Amino acid sequence: MCTMIAQQVKITGRGKSGPEWFDVREANVSYDHPYDLPLEHALNIDFVNEAMGPGARVAVELSVDAARQLVQTIQAVLAEADQRGVLEDCPVIAVPARDPTTA
Amino acid sequence: MAHAYQTDQYEGMIAETVTMRGHNGDSINAYVARPLGSGPFPGMVVIHHAPGWDEWYRECTRKFAHHGFVAISPNLYFRDGHGTPEDVGAKVRAAGGAPDARVLGDLDGANAWLRSLPYVSRKIGIFGTCSGGRQAFLAGCRLKGLDAVIECWGGRVVMSKEELTPNQPVAPIEYTKDLSAPMLGLFGNEDKSPTPEQVNQHEAELKKHGKQYEFHRYDGAGHGFFYYDRAAYRQDQAVDGWKKLFAFTDRTLR
Repeated sequence: MCTMIAQQVKITGRGKSGPEWFDVREANVSYDHPYDLPLEHALNIDFVNEAMGPGARVAVELSVDAARQLVQTIQAVLAEADQRGVLEDCPVIAVPARDPTTA
Repeated sequence: MAHAYQTDQYEGMIAETVTMRGHNGDSINAYVARPLGSGPFPGMVVIHHAPGWDEWYRECTRKFAHHGFVAISPNLYFRDGHGTPEDVGAKVRAAGGAPDARVLGDLDGANAWLRSLPYVSRKIGIFGTCSGGRQAFLAGCRLKGLDAVIECWGGRVVMSKEELTPNQPVAPIEYTKDLSAPMLGLFGNEDKSPTPEQVNQHEAELKKHGKQYEFHRYDGAGHGFFYYDRAAYRQDQAVDGWKKLFAFTDRTLR
């Protein structure tokens, strides 16, 4: 892409692509050309499972304002959960992942 | 001009996916479109943009064939897996783009593939937009056997030290002295990558080394103003840009 501003973080979670859920193992965060949002550059987040191939991807493309609001909201929700003592930091129980590209 | 078609003129085209040898002799796929007939036709290497080897680039490859070129668009993301162009492109975006060395090897392979064909003349150009524009300029400097270079809004031809990565270890502008073919550059003055200031630097370096080039810089246009499937499309500027492009190839490749 034309900015090449991209970082990857290893994560644990599930994502839904089409009718199927799958294990997401990485989040790719970039500020570069989006595919669908009508902006030159956007904050793009791809939740992926690289081991399952390029099709295992849940994508969002956000404006800068939307991305900043999302970050603040996530932090606020986590802070409230922490304050109320309900935060859980447990790993997702591993089950055989389904490949949405072959579902 | 080659693109001044007449309504009573015969024309035909074949377009298909082929296999070619790329970097390190790897087998990769490519999309080829060519006019029917024995030629000889000039060749065009068509470098897809960063979002991927997608439908716009299929149509662009056929557009060159419609204008009398044997055009080949190698899949520069072949080694990154297969799926929809968006999914594969997103994977490469996350990896910081395709490595320059590998891209150059694939583009050299595409040039060699064209030169092996009996219906291709000895004149071959290279065209690219976005990251492909950058790679077209890079190819014009680093590869032999290209007769025209068309760079459309190549981002990161000018790179700061902080932007250099293992995949793109050298700013292409550093190679300007080695540019070995006439060059056409098309840019939008509202672009953020490259910015007008970066285009100024790019032009100054070409002047400094006495290179044959022409730049056309459009007001009211930003990045990707040829892409009719994106909000960036600018009809006036795109139509004029294509006219400038084919006038350039008439002079350099025919």
